[in-house]
Formats: sequence, structure tokens, C-alpha cells
Amino acid sequence: MSELRLTVNGGEHLLDAPVGTSLAHVLREHLGLTGTKIACNEGHCGACTVQIDGVPRLSCITLAHTVEGEVTTIEGLREHPLVEAFVRADAVQCGFCTPGQVVSAAALVAANPEPTSEEIRHAMAGNICRCGTYPKIEEAILSWQD
Amino acid sequence: MARLIRTEKEVEGRFEEVWIVVEEDPLEQWPAGPLAVVGQPAPRKDGHERVRGEARYTADLKLPGMLHAAVLRSPHAHARVKRIDLAPARALPGVRAAIGPGEAHGLEKEAVPGVRARVGPGNVPGLEEEAGFAGAAVAAVAADTFDQARTAVEAIEIEWEELEVVLDPDEAVRRELLTAEPRRYERGDVETALAQADAVVEATYRTQTVLHNSLETHQAVCEWQSDTLHIYISTQYIWGVRQAVAETLGLPEDKVRVVCEYMGGGFGSKNSPDEYTYIAAELAKRTGRPVRCALTRREENTSAGNRNATIQRLRAGARSDGTIVALEGEFTNSVGWSGWNASTEGPMRMLYDCENVRTVTYGARLNTPPMKAFRAPGFVEGTFGLECLVDELAAKLDVDPLELRRRNYASTNEGTPFSSKNLEQCYRQAEPHWERRHEVRGRSDAVWKRGVGMASQIWYGGGGPPSYAWVRLGSDGRATVITAMQDIGTGTRTAMAQIAAEELGIPLEHVDVVLGDSARGAYASISAGSSTLPSMGPAVRAAAADAREQVEDIAEQRGLSKDTPLQEIVAVLEESQILGKGARGPNPTGMSVLTFGVHVVEVAVDVETGEVQVERVAAIHDVGRIVNPLGASSQVEGGIIQGIGHTLSEERLLDPETGRVLTTSLDAYRMPTIADVPEIVCEFVDRPDEHLTNLGSKGLGEPPIVPIAAAIANAIRDATGADVHQLPISREEMLRALRETEQREREKEKRGAPAAV
Repeated sequence: MSELRLTVNGGEHLLDAPVGTSLAHVLREHLGLTGTKIACNEGHCGACTVQIDGVPRLSCITLAHTVEGEVTTIEGLREHPLVEAFVRADAVQCGFCTPGQVVSAAALVAANPEPTSEEIRHAMAGNICRCGTYPKIEEAILSWQD
Repeated sequence: MARLIRTEKEVEGRFEEVWIVVEEDPLEQWPAGPLAVVGQPAPRKDGHERVRGEARYTADLKLPGMLHAAVLRSPHAHARVKRIDLAPARALPGVRAAIGPGEAHGLEKEAVPGVRARVGPGNVPGLEEEAGFAGAAVAAVAADTFDQARTAVEAIEIEWEELEVVLDPDEAVRRELLTAEPRRYERGDVETALAQADAVVEATYRTQTVLHNSLETHQAVCEWQSDTLHIYISTQYIWGVRQAVAETLGLPEDKVRVVCEYMGGGFGSKNSPDEYTYIAAELAKRTGRPVRCALTRREENTSAGNRNATIQRLRAGARSDGTIVALEGEFTNSVGWSGWNASTEGPMRMLYDCENVRTVTYGARLNTPPMKAFRAPGFVEGTFGLECLVDELAAKLDVDPLELRRRNYASTNEGTPFSSKNLEQCYRQAEPHWERRHEVRGRSDAVWKRGVGMASQIWYGGGGPPSYAWVRLGSDGRATVITAMQDIGTGTRTAMAQIAAEELGIPLEHVDVVLGDSARGAYASISAGSSTLPSMGPAVRAAAADAREQVEDIAEQRGLSKDTPLQEIVAVLEESQILGKGARGPNPTGMSVLTFGVHVVEVAVDVETGEVQVERVAAIHDVGRIVNPLGASSQVEGGIIQGIGHTLSEERLLDPETGRVLTTSLDAYRMPTIADVPEIVCEFVDRPDEHLTNLGSKGLGEPPIVPIAAAIANAIRDATGADVHQLPISREEMLRALRETEQREREKEKRGAPAAV
């Protein structure tokens, strides 16, 4: 076990976890933040996406002890206008990838509030949705400020 | 009075006769077209929970004292366990129990005579001494953490006796290594019809093995409380899991409770309990603690089922006017170690009005991972072959492909009337999209060739009884629909709430839906075979109608007019509640309930590199009444996108020597991303099926994935002249097809004659 300091959604946490533990595991198992999903656990699908200092990161392949910045998870973005935009556009089917999609999209619109379709497709291509909600995700991000 | 009747039930194209009890008088269908709530676009009732990451999936469940299981899987495609020693695993820190071959049971691999047929199983075996595929489960460990369990699994000492491995489906058919007797079908006289035909086309089509790869992997948490087994599971069929586990473990069904509140995708792969549930149940029994058994992504790719590969050797004959006079197909399904022999021949039998049809379908038993139902199993593969063949026929006859399809329109299903069929209307709606082909072709240049293709769709999706729902209405005028079904992500809660709101005449916001627990609701349909809405919707409407009739009785006794708002009528009830119950009635007797559609696809092909880009898909579907146009369009888009993956990029690869899966991760197994999505235009015929239930709705989950592969291949032919015969249409396959076409053209030029018909 090794001491771990994390700032998550504005709150500071002092934890104990074995070196080598992933950030996704710490968020889900130690902090109970299960909105961050683990779907592949090897950095290929984007379901575990969180922001570190506003930048999207794959938390399943991020070692918790290496995190220095502020972590934002879906729990910290629940009031983001994107949530309403996703629901309105029906950009959710089974929903397992959706929190990761919202986290990625929130980072995109923070940097670029009016992204084009092409920019959305570029920024969101790392978040796999097996149900194929992509057209609705694009629509949700295009209309997030409505 | 309760009436006992015998009716036919269909799931995924497999039929069984069932007894059902019909209690209430049938309700008249609502008028066609959008109503106050039904037919109006509705965002998901559970949208916020899912988007905000609050929805609790099986993967999120953490019971007090819960242990984690890891599974030892065979590295060999066919081997017997000679010796196994679990002691080194048991000695490791955190380990609470270890079990080996024979200590947790899977389902029977073959249907047991006299036992009700189970729907949609791949029936992945439990822990067995004989591993029939690389990835078969042979032992398992429960420990405090998953890492400890995995370390312990690696410590298990095991010796294998390797057995003969069969991977080639043609070899399996030759040697009669089959999962079932070959299925033979014949009508008319194919030989004579082919001999007399003006044109005959013949081709062999191959489709690959693809993986469901639901983002939530297969998993269950099992907990024993006294003699009751509680199973929290990511499933498409709460009641099927309950029945199968009870039967396998020798428990009364009421002693098995199955819970699935939210689930992260199934696509047909989660219809049965499978080895992970039995492993968790057994380890939970031994340790007296709850146990989670969750597949890793890598296990998901080796051991959780697949859409099996097929080989289709097809022939079609036609008269010069375009009348198809003969269809013949020899189909081989590479079923794998277990699974069932899906109806790959179904479209050939059913899509066209052809007097002479002969098919044989072999299910090859191979040392490869088991097949499982995957979104319209058999018909996705069979439609690719048939609809490509029909276009090759159209090219040979020089008949417009849409016109050829119209000329061979089936007005009955092999003599049985359709409950409703509006495929002609689909074709009519397809015309403006089809007309675009001249303009699309005109946008070709030296490198990028553009073209337009189409394909038709036929599939089941009528659902059936039994299915039940209850409606609870409080004095505040709010209603709750209660039914022990599951919402696999298709918007079930929303559609059910819309139906109840419509029947009760209250706003959608005043209806909640409680589902997902076999202990808290009556029997409900499987969510597979596009059956959720057509099975459950009528039961929900009947329950709401029962409640509404009680409200009308109360209004009458209060001297209120029939038009008084429901909220006012029930306001006096205080703590009293109105409870309505409803059941799904029978399917129409002597009729075929089927879904129809057509896709028109525009592609661009880079003839130098073989890259194929799908640029536009127009999808027109006939699935009866549309309850939620917003959710329905999402289903169509999702099916098309999954189908584009199937057509262009997805393929499970095996090591041809060892039979091991090579594509076990999501970078190796390439599913579509948002960057791969074309423009999608989605249209519905939206006519209630007047013979089908009080709702007139059919299912929509599967139809959109059925025609897309053939439509893409046909668009490629339109763009380049090349006949694609294999999925996925990789760059290699595309370049092969282009070279073949060039060679054909050169030979034609040499002969100096136009193509012979």
C-alpha cells in the first residue's frame, strides 16, 4: 500500500492503494464514483474517460499515483448542459459508454464551444459506442448550447 | 373468464407452440398515425440516469463481503484435462475457494427431449474436463480481489492431453461433424427450372465471424440467502436465466431471483446464464459470500459467443423478363463447439415469390468458440448472399435492381398470408433515394468511383405471449407500470410509459416504469428477436386499459362525466390505489408476422487502395406502428452502424494452426467509431399491423442490420463493376474483386463481343 493524494471533482482525498493501481479502479472502488465505466481496461474504448486538468484521459491505463492535476469525472459534470443535450438528442442507448462520451465532449466544448461536425468526429473518435448512437452524439454536441 | 389457448411463439426465427391464458377482452387498436403520446418523439425516461452515470449496472454492483472470481480457460482448441491441482491456488493470499472441472455446471449442450426449448442460447458450457475451444472454462477461483483471484488461477497446476482440432467448416461437413442434422428445404423443381432459365448466376459468398463486444462484459453477481439464489446479471432475459438456473441447479424457480436494472448491451449474446453465472453461484455457495464473476474484455472476445462465419454456395435462374424461376443454396454455418444452426437460408426461402427453391443448411461443429444469437442471426448473413446474387442477376439481365425486386414480390410467405406487408410502400419511399444514382455516379473521378446499391430486408419481430404487466395508479393521478422485464438499452421504459400514458390519457411525465427484477413483477418476454415492444407493449396497454376502466367506474359512481380528467376522478382516493393487470394476447392464427424494409446506400471506392467509404444510407422500414419515432430512429442508426462494422472492418481472426483467437482486444477487433458514420436517412411506413395485438407494432432492433451489407456490396458493384463475395470487404477483398473485374473486361474485349446473357 502506498499513500495517494487525489483531487477529484473539487474534493481532496488521501487514500492508500498499491502502486500500480489504475485511476479508474481508485475512482470506482475507493471513491465509489461508478459513473466512470471500465469496458476494456486497456485503453482502447474510451468508456473510462475522465479529465485531468480539463484534458481527456483514459483512467483505466492511468496509474493513480502518477496523477498530479485535478480529476473531473462524470459525477463532476452532472449539471453540464451537455447532459441535457444528450438526453434531448437521444444520444444514449445502453448508456455504458455515455458517461465517457460526455466527459470527452465536455473537454471538447470547453476548448472549442462551437465545434464543427468534423472537429466533433476527430475529438470523439476515441469513445466507442457499440449501440451506434454516434449520429445523436454529434447532434447533441452541435446543439449543446441550445 | 380465463381462456386457455394454444398459440405459436417465435424468437429469432425459431418457433414453438405454447399454452397461454387469455383473460381480458381484446382492445380495439388505436387509429393509425401519431396520437397524443404514442407516435410522438420522446426522450428516454431513464436518459438522465444513464447520461449522468447514475444508472446502476451489474458491473457497478458491490455487495457487502463480495468476492471476485477469475476463470482458468483452456489455451488449447481441443484438449482434455489429464491432471489438475487446485491446492497451489488455494494456498495463496485472499483466496476463499477454488473449483475445477465438473464442479460448476453449464447447460446441456443439446436440447434435452421433453424439456422446453430455450431461446437463443449459445449454451456455453460450464467447467468441463474436455475443452472444445480455446477459451473454454475449466476451473475458477474466488478471492477478496480480482487480482488475487487471477494470480491464483495462474498458480493452478494443469496438464492437458491435446486432441484433434477441426477448424475447417468444409472438412467438418465432409466428415459429418455437425451440431444437428442438416436442414433441407425444397419446393417445386429447381433442376428443371434452372435448365429452362434464360439466365443463371452462380456465386459463393463468405461471411466472417464477428463478435458482439457489448461494452459491459458478460457478468453476474450471485448471493445465497438461505435457500434462495439471488442473481444480479447483465442479461436480455431475466426469466430465461431464472428458468435455466433453477433447472440446472435443481431449485424451484421461485427460489431463484434474477435482477437486471440496467445492462450495457447484449445484441443477442446475453440470452442465457452461461458459465460465469454457474461459477459465481457455486463459489458463493462454497464461501457463503456474494461472488462476482465478470469476463475481462479478452475473455469476452474468446468465450462470450459470436456471429458465426458462413459459406453460401448459391444459384439463381430467371427468365429474360426478370422473373426469378429458381433459387438454390448450400449453406454452411461455422457454428463452433456449441450453438445452433441459424436460418441462413431464411431470406432465400421467404424474400421472393419463386416457385422453385431448394436449400440445405449445415451446422459445422468446430473447435472454435460457440456461436450465439447476434442481431438477426442467419438473416444478416443470408441476406448478404441472396441480395448480392439478385443484383448480379439484375446486371446479367440488364434489368434495374429495384424493378427486378418488384417483379418478384412475394404476396404470401410460402403460401401463408402475411399479417401485414408494406414492402412495396418501402420501395416507393426508396425511389427518390434510388433516383440519386445518376448524380452520385457522376461525382466519380479517376480514383474515387461512386455508386448506389440497394437491398431488401425480411425478418421476424412479431413477439408473442406470454407477457404480463401491472399498472398502479395513485390518487395523485400518477401511474407506475410494473413488469419484470429488462431494458437492454433500446428505450423499453420509454415506450412502455408512452403506451400506458396514451391509454390512461395522462402526460408521459406522470408515468414511471419499474422493471428488472423477477421477484417484483410478472413474467415478461425476452429482449431478443426484436420482440420486446410487440410482446410487452400490448400487455402494458391491456393493464392500463384495465386501470382506466376502473377509473371510469369510479367516475360514474361520482356522477362525473367521462371527459373529466383522470387526476380529478382519482383525487378522492387518498391512500387507495387502482391496480390494473394485462396480458399479451395470442398472435393471429394462420398468418406470418414479419418485418420488411429496404436500404439504399451510396459508396465511394478508391480503386487504387481498395478503400471503401459509405457516404449515405437511406433506410425505410415497415415494422407496424411506431411508438417512439425518436427511439426508433436511434435503433435504425445503431443497426446500420453495427452493420457497417460487419461489412467493412470487423473480423474475429483465429490462428489457423492452434485455433486461438488472435483479435482479443478492441484495437485488434475494429468496431466503427464516430468518424466512420455516413449520413443516415431514416424513414418508416408507420402503418399498424391490423392483425397483430391491440398495438399493431412489430420489433425494430434487428431489421436495420439485415440489408446493409448487401446494399453496400451492391453499391460497390454499381460504382466499379466489381463483384464482392466476401465479408469484411477489406482492402484486399476490394482489390481482388477489382482485379477480377478488370480481367473479365479484358477477356470480353479480346472476344470482341458484349457480355453474354
